[in-house]
Amino acid sequence: MSPPTPTSQAAPRSSAASRQRASIVAWARDRYEDLELGSVREWLAQEPGRKACGYLPVYVPREVIHAAGMLPVGIHGGGSMEIIRGDAWYQSYICHLPRSVVELGLTGRLDCLSAMLFPSTCDVIRNLSGMWQILSPQTWVRYVDLPQVNDPERAVEFWTGELRHILSGLTALTGKVVDDEALWASIAVYNEMRALIEELYAVRRDEPWRVPSEELYLLLRAGEVVPVEEWLVRAREYLEASAADKNRPRDNARVVLTGAFCEQPPLGLIMTIERAGCYIVDDDLLLGNRMIRGPVAQGGDPLVALARALLHQHRTTSVLYEPDPTGKAREIPERVEAARADGVIFAAPSFCDPALLDRPMLRDGAEKAGIPCIAFKYAENTGQFQQFREQAGTFSDSIKLWVGTRAEQGRVERGRTGAGGEP
Amino acid sequence: MRDDRVKKDRSMLLQKEMIAEHFQRLEDAPRSGEKVVYTFVPGNLTELIRSFGALPLLPEINALQSGMRGKSKAYIAEAEKAGHSADVCTYVKADIGMMMSGNIGPTGTRLPPPDLLLLSYTGCYTFMKWFELLREQYKCPTVFLQIPYQGDGTLLPEHREYVVKQLREDVIPALEAVTGRAYDEGRLRELLALSARAEDDLVAVLHSAKQKPSPIDSYFGGVYYIGPIFSAFRGTPEGVAYYEALREEVEERQALGIGPETPSGRLDDQRFRIVVEGPPNWTSFNEFWQMFSDEGAVVVASTYTKVGGTYDFGFRHDPGDPLGTMADYCGGCYTNHNLPGRIDMLVDYVKQYAADGFLINSVKSCNSFSAGQLLILREVEKRTGIPGGFIESDLVDPRYFSAANIKNRLESYFQMLRERRRGQVAPGSDATAEVTP
Repeated sequence: MSPPTPTSQAAPRSSAASRQRASIVAWARDRYEDLELGSVREWLAQEPGRKACGYLPVYVPREVIHAAGMLPVGIHGGGSMEIIRGDAWYQSYICHLPRSVVELGLTGRLDCLSAMLFPSTCDVIRNLSGMWQILSPQTWVRYVDLPQVNDPERAVEFWTGELRHILSGLTALTGKVVDDEALWASIAVYNEMRALIEELYAVRRDEPWRVPSEELYLLLRAGEVVPVEEWLVRAREYLEASAADKNRPRDNARVVLTGAFCEQPPLGLIMTIERAGCYIVDDDLLLGNRMIRGPVAQGGDPLVALARALLHQHRTTSVLYEPDPTGKAREIPERVEAARADGVIFAAPSFCDPALLDRPMLRDGAEKAGIPCIAFKYAENTGQFQQFREQAGTFSDSIKLWVGTRAEQGRVERGRTGAGGEP
Repeated sequence: MRDDRVKKDRSMLLQKEMIAEHFQRLEDAPRSGEKVVYTFVPGNLTELIRSFGALPLLPEINALQSGMRGKSKAYIAEAEKAGHSADVCTYVKADIGMMMSGNIGPTGTRLPPPDLLLLSYTGCYTFMKWFELLREQYKCPTVFLQIPYQGDGTLLPEHREYVVKQLREDVIPALEAVTGRAYDEGRLRELLALSARAEDDLVAVLHSAKQKPSPIDSYFGGVYYIGPIFSAFRGTPEGVAYYEALREEVEERQALGIGPETPSGRLDDQRFRIVVEGPPNWTSFNEFWQMFSDEGAVVVASTYTKVGGTYDFGFRHDPGDPLGTMADYCGGCYTNHNLPGRIDMLVDYVKQYAADGFLINSVKSCNSFSAGQLLILREVEKRTGIPGGFIESDLVDPRYFSAANIKNRLESYFQMLRERRRGQVAPGSDATAEVTP
């Protein structure tokens, strides 16, 4: 599916940990590249009556899909897949994601999905929900209106109602009676997933050479299509293997990548940024995974708890209203500080309203805080990476030459104090 | 606006006076003490704002007026220089650019800063970002009213209640705080009653297009007709007077069996009755209109004239249920309907107004309208049997209005309708091939 991409930066090694790691990455890559959703079809075939529910970016409550007895399946477009029919449904000034999703639908690749959720990410995805009602009348379609009001308690009430609608629609398909116990079990398993993803990001932040962005991304993409329980096993194995099989640290700048929360960049672009000298130490790729920070607290009504978690623990993102007037200005400096980054790459899909309308506010906040920034646009089917390599490479060099990386500053600091630590 | 090529109706002159007076009051607001509330057209709460004695100011009206007066190009360039993407809504950039250029409004008066940003989040994602951007500049109180989308084709009872609750607990207290006045439901009911009267007259005007020849153009003329009711004048005596005058004028034409004034003169010989989906282009408004009127094409119904309310499907503001009726109004605005609902509406227009053709003007700036329009085109054709046409332009960025290209497409489209009428194109043949992208 993907155009020729830069090869992995990890040198071939022969230890058991290395083989284990390579095998998990290969497993994840297979699922990432499989637009036919073979693993979903296998899961469905294993037991009669099983059903799967697709969802578009950015955030849907996968716990509810899971509790209803369905397999949540993230639909993140078709990458560089050739678009034959999808282009006929969209004007040239609309982003690439919906045309590849329509292509996937019209070519039968999504016919294994009994339901589709379209969250309120933007008007394109919103209107795609109506298109799906017409193009795929056999599928249960739900537009998922995220809560957007100032008052968190009112938003909790609204969002709990939406969660009940989704649950009732999905259980009507599966025939499953879902009690609180089932919902809590699903919440618990996704709490595990959230914790593990945070751990992976923490490793990425602390030792970015240990978990290359390419591998982390592939692992997360696999998590979009396989049962969460299976993913947890693989991701834990990957973490263990990566601890025993570290790559060598490089003299890279540390960057936050932002704006890529909906239409995903090609894998080659992520690899190119890293190979050009930038460790991506925080990002908003596949943001739905990390939309809720920390675990959903146990106790009370599980749907209310899930709603509360979204309202009180969500990450700042373009797809939710920012009630704090200083929020946009603070967002990037806070993320940069938390990730101990040297700079920011604003990477947005072409014609992406949420990312591009936010960008002036975010960039202004970053520049006022003296944070180096670059910006570019991509599409999921971008096939040439040379310009990105040059841009990211120059950015990394300029940070190292003129600003100084955090690692260098740390070395200077350690030289003064005599402390050891991160190279 | 530069409408010198179109003979002005009495109602147009009246509207011009009303707008000039409103902008003068806005300019004077910092001195007069009148409070100014920025809000958007779809889901606007004009009666509520006015019940507190405040003045509404609508950024997208300013943007479109800037487009009509040839000012938007420079404003957009200003915003893009400041880092706003070429890819995003040009209404936003025209507004931001105008603000950066000193906030002189379309009529030449200075626009006051807002005392309150009242975001009625109805049918357009960009509104949310637009207000976040404005808040960065004005640093004034902001209140957010979420209107749930009709994803399932209806405003669910709990969604209606959610809106009412927000009105009662968020919006009204914010207006009280800014204006220093207490909420006066009696006053609000009075204004809503005025709204309903004006809405009755507007609907009578819109329905007049069912007659042949149509006494109105429901798209190019229609944007004038909706001006007062979609902006600052719903719930005002001036608004009521305007719609009475407009209705009288249209009924006069109906009685005489004559058509509306257009850039090609009075359009009595109406060769094509067209339904149009999508907003107009504002930077070449008259040129665009003339491409229709020169062909003898009159627009008998349009969806753009429903972005600020779908009154022709029966909705009226109800003074008996002030907050509930505002929730219903907001939920029912055109772009808050899902795609199947929009298609139903268009099919109904084609049938009710005995249309010969159906055209989509797809604007680059507005994904709320544009995403899915090619499906709308196919579905409306399938269900009505009439051929559709598709053209592309933009709201207020003149770089995206290619006159030659659009004229060429429209001429081909009308030629095809003529041939079809003469029986040269068999019904059901691929009539749209030459005009769809």
